[in-house]
Amino acid sequence: MSVFDGFKFRSISSPIHQLDPRAKFIYVCVLFTVAVMFNNIIPLLILFLIQLPIVFMAKVQREWMRSMKGSAVFAIMIFAVNLLSLYFYAGHETFTSILERSLAMTIRFIVLVQSFSIFFLTTSPDTLGLALEQSGIPYELCFAFTTAVRFVPVLAEEAQTIIDAQKARGLEIESGNFLRRIRNYIPILIPLIVNAIRRSLELAETMESRAWGACKNRTNLYVLKIKTNDLLLILFSLLLLTVSIYVSINVYIPSLTSLLI
Amino acid sequence: MTVIEAERLTYTYPAGEKPAFRDVNLKIEEGEFVIITGPSGCGKTTLCRCFNGLIPHFYGGKLEGEIRVCGLNVKEHPTYEIAQRVGMVFQNPENQLFALSVEKDVAFGLENLGVPREEIRKRIDWALKITGTYNLKNRPPYELSGGQQQRVAIASVLAMNPDVMVLDEPTSFLDPAGAEKIFEVIERLNREMSMTIILVEHRLDLVSRYADRIIVMHDGRIVMNGDPREVLASEKTRLIGVGIPKATMLYKLLKHRGINLNRPPLYSEEACQVIKEFLSR
Amino acid sequence: MSGYKGVFEQMIIVENLYFTYPNGVEALSGVNLRIEDGEFVAIMGQNGAGKTTLVKHMNGLLKPTRGRVLVDGIDTRRVSVARLARKVGLVFQNPDHQLFSETVEEEISFALRNFGYDEKTIKERVGWALNMLNLERYRKISPFMLSGGERKRVALASVLAWDPKIIILDEPTIGQDYMQKEKLRQFILQLNQQGKTIIVVTHDVEFVAECNPRIILMKQGKIIASGKAEEVLTNEDLVKEASIALPEIAKLFKCLEEYGFPRNVIDVYEAADIIYKRLRDQK
Repeated sequence: MSVFDGFKFRSISSPIHQLDPRAKFIYVCVLFTVAVMFNNIIPLLILFLIQLPIVFMAKVQREWMRSMKGSAVFAIMIFAVNLLSLYFYAGHETFTSILERSLAMTIRFIVLVQSFSIFFLTTSPDTLGLALEQSGIPYELCFAFTTAVRFVPVLAEEAQTIIDAQKARGLEIESGNFLRRIRNYIPILIPLIVNAIRRSLELAETMESRAWGACKNRTNLYVLKIKTNDLLLILFSLLLLTVSIYVSINVYIPSLTSLLI
Repeated sequence: MTVIEAERLTYTYPAGEKPAFRDVNLKIEEGEFVIITGPSGCGKTTLCRCFNGLIPHFYGGKLEGEIRVCGLNVKEHPTYEIAQRVGMVFQNPENQLFALSVEKDVAFGLENLGVPREEIRKRIDWALKITGTYNLKNRPPYELSGGQQQRVAIASVLAMNPDVMVLDEPTSFLDPAGAEKIFEVIERLNREMSMTIILVEHRLDLVSRYADRIIVMHDGRIVMNGDPREVLASEKTRLIGVGIPKATMLYKLLKHRGINLNRPPLYSEEACQVIKEFLSR
Repeated sequence: MSGYKGVFEQMIIVENLYFTYPNGVEALSGVNLRIEDGEFVAIMGQNGAGKTTLVKHMNGLLKPTRGRVLVDGIDTRRVSVARLARKVGLVFQNPDHQLFSETVEEEISFALRNFGYDEKTIKERVGWALNMLNLERYRKISPFMLSGGERKRVALASVLAWDPKIIILDEPTIGQDYMQKEKLRQFILQLNQQGKTIIVVTHDVEFVAECNPRIILMKQGKIIASGKAEEVLTNEDLVKEASIALPEIAKLFKCLEEYGFPRNVIDVYEAADIIYKRLRDQK
C-alpha cells in the first residue's frame, strides 16, 4: 500500500459512501474555510476530532491512517518551519505561545489532508463525475475526468511492461549520474506516450461507433438525488460555518497552555 | 433485403499514397454471416470502417464510389446515425470499455441516443444476458479477462439493437477458451436473432463452419467472394497466403493424390464424416 | 570445460519455484522444469496460468519467492537482469512496448550499446540482424512507420542482435496472419538448428502443432504435463485441463479412432499420408 491509497476510492458500502458528493463537497469546503479562519490550537483540534467519527463510519480507518502517515513528513516540516520563523522574527512572544502556534499550523494542515482523504476515499470517480455533470459542468469534461481515472491502473501496468521489456534489452535505469538517469527514462516514456496516443485513437473510434454526440439531451444511467442524510450534512456544515464565524468575531479563545496551567 | 451495398468503392487515407482498397463491389443481404479474410494490410479493416461511417467522417481521406448501409448513403449520414444500424466491435478488448462499471459501459451508446433511463436498464440486462456477462454487471471492466471484456464490448454494441454487427478480428488477443465463447455468442446472434454478421478473421479453422459466404481480399481488392467450400478449396486462396482450415487442406492433399472425398470439409468433425462416408462406400 | 559438460547440458533448471506478486496473488506454486541446451520448448496454457511469470524468471525480471532458477549454471538471484539478458533474449508480446528509436538501425543497436559493445561490433551485428529478418531496406526508417508485422520483426531483430544463447518468445503469433506465422515458424526452426535454445509461450495450438516442440502444459501456476507435442496435444483430458484446444488434426483422429486410425497425429501432411494409404486400399 502506498500513500496514494490514502486518497484512492475504496469500493465498500457505508453511510458516508452513500452521501451525495455535492453534500460532501460543501462539507469539505466549510471545513477548509473554518480551518483557515482560526490559528488557535483549540478550535483546530476540535475540527480534527469532529472528523474521527466520520472516518470510522466510513470504515476507512486503515486508508485514513495511511494518508496521515504519508503527510507526517510534511507536517513535521511545517511545524519546524513555523517554529523557527516565529522564534527568530516574533521576538516578544513566549516560547510556549510560539510552540502552540506552530502546533496549530500543523494541525490545520492535518485537518485539510484529513478532509480531502475522507472525500476521495468515500467518493467513487463515477459519482464524482456525475456530480460534476449535474452541477452544470460540460459533459465532455466530466467524461474526460472519469475516463482518465479509469485508465490509471491500465497505464501503470503498461509502464511496468515497458520497463520490463527495456530491462530485458539491458537497460539499467538506476545506473549512472543524475543526467544519465533522466536519459534512461526516454526508452520508457516514448513507448508509453506512443501507446497512449494509439489507445486514445482507438477509444475515440469506439465512442464514435456508439453514437457519441447523437443528441444534445443525453440521458445518464444514474442520477444523484439529495437525500435526508445529505441535507443533514449540509445543515451541519452550515451550522459549523455560522458558529465559527460567530466565535471568531465575538469570543476570545484562550490558549491551550493558559487552560492547562 | 440488401443491408450493405458498395459500388466501385475506392478509399485513400489522408496521408496515403495509394488507395487502401479500390474498386470494391459488394452486396451483403440481411441475415447473412459473412467472413472477410486476407493477409495483413489487404484493406479488410479499412473496408469495415466504411460500414459504419468511421470512414469518411472520422478518418477523412478520399472516398470514391457509392456505399449504402441499410438504405443510408454513408457519405451523407454522420457516424452516430449509421452506428445505430451497424454495430462495430474492434480487435483490442482493452480499448473498447472506458467506464468504471460494466453496466455503465453497456449504457454508453443508449445514453448518447437519449433513450429513457428505464428503457436503458432493460436493454442492459437483455444484452448482458445474451452475451453471458450478466453476472459481471457491477464489476469494473479493467478487472475482467480479455474474453469477458470482449463479450461486454459486444453487449454494449448489441444494446443499441443494430441490424448488422461488424467484428474486426475480435479474438486475436484471446486464448482458445475465450475465443470459443465469442464465436458462440456471434453464432447465436446470427441464428437466433437473424442478425447480419460481418466477421474479419484469420482463424478459419474455427469460424468458417458458421459462414454463409467468405470474401478474400488481397492488396486492396476483393479477389474471392462466394461459398466457403469453394473459396477455401480453391488454389487461388491458398496462393494468396490465407490460412485455410486443416480439414480443407487435407481434402486437397488427398485429391492431389487421386482420392476424391464427397465435398471439401471445413472443420475436423466434418472431415471425419466425409472420410467415414468414403470408407463405407 | 568439457569436464563440466554434464552440469551445463541443462540450460535452464527451475527447482521448486514459488512466486507471489506484491498484491498477494500466487502466480507460481512449485514449478520444476529442466530445459536442455539447444532444446525447443513451447509453454502452453490459458491466460493467467503463469506462463509469462515463469519465463520472466528466466532472465531475472522476477526473482523467486521460494525455490531457485539456474540459467546456464547461474543462480538468477545472484545477478542483474542486464547480465542475464546477454544469455537470455526475451521478446515481448507487443513490439510497441519497446520501440522508441528514430530509426530501425538505432532501435537494434540499443541493447548492444547497453551491453557495451564497441562501434565496429555494433555495426556488424546490426547489419547481421537486419539481414537475418529481411529488414535491410528499413534501416533508416522510423520503426513507427512500419506495419504491425514489420514492427514485430524489428523487435525480434533487436533481441537477436546480441546473439543470446536462449531465445524466449512471448505469444509471438498474436495478431499475425498465416504467412507471417509461417515465416516466423521457419525462422524459429532455423535458429533452433543453429543450436539456440528456444522457448515459446503461446496458446496457439495450430502453430505449435506445426512446429512440433516439447510441450509444457501449465495450469494455475503448476506444470501439469510435459512431453512430445504429438503425445501431449492429442491427450484430450490434459488439453481440457489446461483449457487449450485440441489441434484440428488431433480432433479428426480422435473421431476416426473407431476405424483403427492412430491417435497421436497432429501434422496435416502426416495425416494425409496415413489417410491416403488407408483410402487407397479401400479403393
